[in-house]
Amino acid sequence: MADNMQNIYLTVALAPLVGAIVAGLFGRFISRSVAHTVTIAGVAVSAALSLYVFKHIVIDGGEPFNGAVYTWMVSDGVRFEVGFLVDSLTAMMMVVVTWVSLMVHIYTIGYMHDDPGYKRFFSYISLFTFSMLMLVMSNNFMQLFFGWEAVGLVSYLLIGFWYKRPTAIFANLKAFLVNRVGDFGFLLGIAAVLMYFNSLDYADVFSAAPMMADMTIQVIPGVEWSLMTVICILLFIGAMGKSAQVPLHVWLPDSMEGPTPISALIHAATMVTAGIFMVARMSPLYELSTTALTVVLVVGSITALFMGILGIIQNDIKRVVAYSTLSQLGYMTVALGASAYAAGVFHLMTHAFFKALLFLAAGSVIIGMHHEQDIRKMGGIKKYMPITYWTMLIGSLALIGFPGFAGFFSKDAIIEAVHLSQTPGAGFAYFAVLVGVFITAFYSFRMFFLVFHGEERMDKHAREHLHETPWVVTGPLIALAVPSVVVGAIFIGPMLFGDFFNGAIFVSPERDVLGKLGENFHGWFAFILHGLATPALYLAMAGVGAAWFLYMKRPDIPEMIKARAGVVYTVLEHKYGFDDFNDKVVAAGSRALGRLLWQVGDVKLIDGFVVNGTAKGVGWLSAVIKHIQTGFLYHYAFAMFVGLFALIALFVF
Amino acid sequence: MSSELPLLSLVVWTPIIGGLLVLAIGSGKHVLEARVVALLVALLTFAISIPLYVQFDSNSFQMQFVELYPWIERFNINYHLGVDGISMPLVILTTFTTVLVILAGWEVIQYKPAQYMAAFLIMEGLMNGVFAALDGMLFYVFWEALLIPMFVVIGIWGGPRRVYATIKFFLYTFLGSVFMLVSLIYMYFQADSFAILDFHALKLGLTAQILIFLAFLLAFAVKVPMWPVHTWLPDAHVEAPTGGSVILAAIMLKLGAYGFLRFSLPITPDASHELDWLMITLSLIAVVYIGFVALVQKDMKKLIAYSSISHMGFVTLGFFIAFTIFENTGSWNGAAMGIEGAIVQMISHGFISAAMFLCIGVLYDRIHSREISAYGGVTNTMPTFAAFAVLFAMANAGLPGTSGFVGEFMVILSAFKANFWFAFLAALTLIIGAAYTLWMVKRVFFGEVANENVAALKDINAREFIILTVLAVAVLFFGIYPAPLLDVMSVSVQHLLEHIAQSKL
Repeated sequence: MADNMQNIYLTVALAPLVGAIVAGLFGRFISRSVAHTVTIAGVAVSAALSLYVFKHIVIDGGEPFNGAVYTWMVSDGVRFEVGFLVDSLTAMMMVVVTWVSLMVHIYTIGYMHDDPGYKRFFSYISLFTFSMLMLVMSNNFMQLFFGWEAVGLVSYLLIGFWYKRPTAIFANLKAFLVNRVGDFGFLLGIAAVLMYFNSLDYADVFSAAPMMADMTIQVIPGVEWSLMTVICILLFIGAMGKSAQVPLHVWLPDSMEGPTPISALIHAATMVTAGIFMVARMSPLYELSTTALTVVLVVGSITALFMGILGIIQNDIKRVVAYSTLSQLGYMTVALGASAYAAGVFHLMTHAFFKALLFLAAGSVIIGMHHEQDIRKMGGIKKYMPITYWTMLIGSLALIGFPGFAGFFSKDAIIEAVHLSQTPGAGFAYFAVLVGVFITAFYSFRMFFLVFHGEERMDKHAREHLHETPWVVTGPLIALAVPSVVVGAIFIGPMLFGDFFNGAIFVSPERDVLGKLGENFHGWFAFILHGLATPALYLAMAGVGAAWFLYMKRPDIPEMIKARAGVVYTVLEHKYGFDDFNDKVVAAGSRALGRLLWQVGDVKLIDGFVVNGTAKGVGWLSAVIKHIQTGFLYHYAFAMFVGLFALIALFVF
Repeated sequence: MSSELPLLSLVVWTPIIGGLLVLAIGSGKHVLEARVVALLVALLTFAISIPLYVQFDSNSFQMQFVELYPWIERFNINYHLGVDGISMPLVILTTFTTVLVILAGWEVIQYKPAQYMAAFLIMEGLMNGVFAALDGMLFYVFWEALLIPMFVVIGIWGGPRRVYATIKFFLYTFLGSVFMLVSLIYMYFQADSFAILDFHALKLGLTAQILIFLAFLLAFAVKVPMWPVHTWLPDAHVEAPTGGSVILAAIMLKLGAYGFLRFSLPITPDASHELDWLMITLSLIAVVYIGFVALVQKDMKKLIAYSSISHMGFVTLGFFIAFTIFENTGSWNGAAMGIEGAIVQMISHGFISAAMFLCIGVLYDRIHSREISAYGGVTNTMPTFAAFAVLFAMANAGLPGTSGFVGEFMVILSAFKANFWFAFLAALTLIIGAAYTLWMVKRVFFGEVANENVAALKDINAREFIILTVLAVAVLFFGIYPAPLLDVMSVSVQHLLEHIAQSKL
């Protein structure tokens, strides 16, 4: 059975890779339809088998699989292996990744229809699916890092997919470098794990971790830090890069330069949640460090609140959704920091569906508008694009946590969990996530109203061509709308309060906020009823109401606020100055440092002073003995050998 | 061992004699014949080197394929060849790279092509000689003789400032090796032998060790090159023809690194221990300082030259952290990973730097400029080439799945055991290396077609495609499955480590 399952796991991972190779390397020999058929078939195989795996592990309660596929290398007694760990957490991630990917593949047929890079695009997104699967299925830190950087590579390739656009190739370089800052911390974290556990295998490390709980190390000589805190924070720096937490969030809004299907797949549903997944996977380590959890909690709260605020002033439809992604990633991080890992992962899952839906719906609007993305030039689109309208409404309601929709269950669970949490920083986090609910509702429906309702602000030409998109686009929207409604109600019981994640996620009893919440959990319907009595719902409704009032009823007020709020508006406009700081201080500073080291260090000091100084001395000397120079190289060579043997002779006799 | 043939002599002398043959054929109209013969010789040598891997006994640390004949009996100098798990992969890297270099110069070199090919074949034989020599004097002869063909290649087929570059190259390296010769002779008087393995066993006092260490350091540091004796390399690369740059980066830099393993560490373990702080400092300066310098280069070849220096910093770091690991953790556990990582980095850098210089060569052959600003949007006209270039750039930036990751990863893991801050500084390459490599890629390959030269570019031809494909396969293979490389070297490295762990005092 185990062998049989291992073959299935291998097939899940490799099927998209085969598609990517066929469409990528042999693209010139095959037609467009062959390219998309092969890649979609590969992902479909993975998606179907993932469901089977999910059934096997979660529903039938099959044994989690943990085994090596091959030995990457053995060095110094440490075996570096490529292998799979498939438990309920992995099985859930596999289903999310493959199904969202499948929807995006199908959608791409419509979205990229006229693009000359059609086959290349399919190759990339299949390669991405493979990389992401390797990441979530890994049973060790090294392969995790492999997948981690591989998804970063594909993200780089896809953000810069339209490589002629200056903004796109700026954004992809920025994304890669910012992620590398995170990976820098991540790699050091892995090195720390190897040093103290002498293994990179999850099972080995997690089982030995409790014995290391009280160990301290000196990173700065003379200062003792808890080993677990150091490891967890280093790993979390990696998560901050990949999951775009402040201050390493700066790449995600710019990543919207990539085609919309990948914004949905990579920059909303899957890759950016890798950090969340990683921390949940590492829960046996994080539970050993309150300090690290506090860091996670505070960083997450800042991201959830302050990135949401930026969503309010965006006018690009994709950027609104991007900032909402940043904010939602903050929510997930908050859940992790509160030790409600299951809630974080649960929100990851519901978010994957409704955010992919929102992005693809936004993409549908963009197709309808002939690649216009400015919401100020839209309005009243509802009647032209009814399917897009209704699916986007479902996505938005799920996002703001409207009772009964998927996002409601996951978001409410996070808010309640933070409320109960005793981890330092939880007070601030609770405030941040509550205010965040209002803001989320406000910017979501500001966009929604401006796009679909009110007066039609597009020009005549655009209006004449406005129509609903073809079935390859609307089909995935409908397919994603279904889980955006139902997955919350179905999974809240088992995932948060049942034994879904037993053995996969570890929470120490004194921090088990979900366990405490579970004492009062009486099924999903009662959870909805309970939600009606919490402030979150009313904040969300207030947000929708405010958006309606300010942008439909009295559009003059926002303009007035903008004009009056000078400094605040400028700060928001500059996105709190992170980009300016990075451009003007980090990037320019590095270049200046490079020039300094080069011109002063290499050219002036080493070459100018030492080398050429010596050469001048030699030159003077050689002027004296110039007459033995003939200019023939072989004379020199001959002289060298003569000299060599003369030297030997000198020493020997 | 089991082979009847003197394989090492064959990999040394086949290309040298073949090179002379090419010279003889090529002086006249028979240019094509000369090229074909050169390629055949290179292929034959590569084929001969394969059994070195296949028949190698990786469970033994002993020198294998040993050949020992008296050469100058008066001074106990022997023609003594042999390889262990450290040198054998380097020999194969040499024979492999030479085939590519011959192919790369195929129709590009129009001026005295036979002589060009011959120079590279002779160089190949001499480099194999350096890696295989087990006699100090034989090593020295190969080491010095090697300068001549490289001098010739840069001096004849080089760029406009080739005279400055060759003289700088020559002065630097010659100055370095003179002191090595003195050390060799000193040790000969102590051991009454030039056998390197006898040097390993030689008892030496600390002062003698330190002097010998410094003498070797001068020779090897220049070749690697280590900061601050690195400034010859960017100039040499810029002026060298593509093939010269490839050999320089892929193999010649490894000679210096190899010297540390074969001479400095085992002969002077106590001095290595005493001075490891110096080596670590210089290595980290190479990684970080040179990385920043690479960032602001305007010339692609200079950029990759600086990138090479930065990457070689990992090699020397991996070699010399062993002692600090022992002091910090009380065990040698982890030291082997540093040395093995360094060796993997040497091999991998051989592939990647060769590929990067060949890619620059592809562009230079078409537009005759190495300036980054002369390009822009090359992907539009050369999509296949761009795919290769991005792959190699990613390998240069140490992306997992490429060979560029393996060595750096191992050295960083190992360095962490020595000192958090060593690992911290070394790991900065993740950011800096990606910055200088991908910024160059952005400016050269992406964007709109920058000018009419770029608009007129033709994508790579079949010959270029084959060369780059072979390298791409190598880079990916060792990234996905480095075990074969580790397996051959681990026993030898373990043995080396056991040797240097024993004080000679």
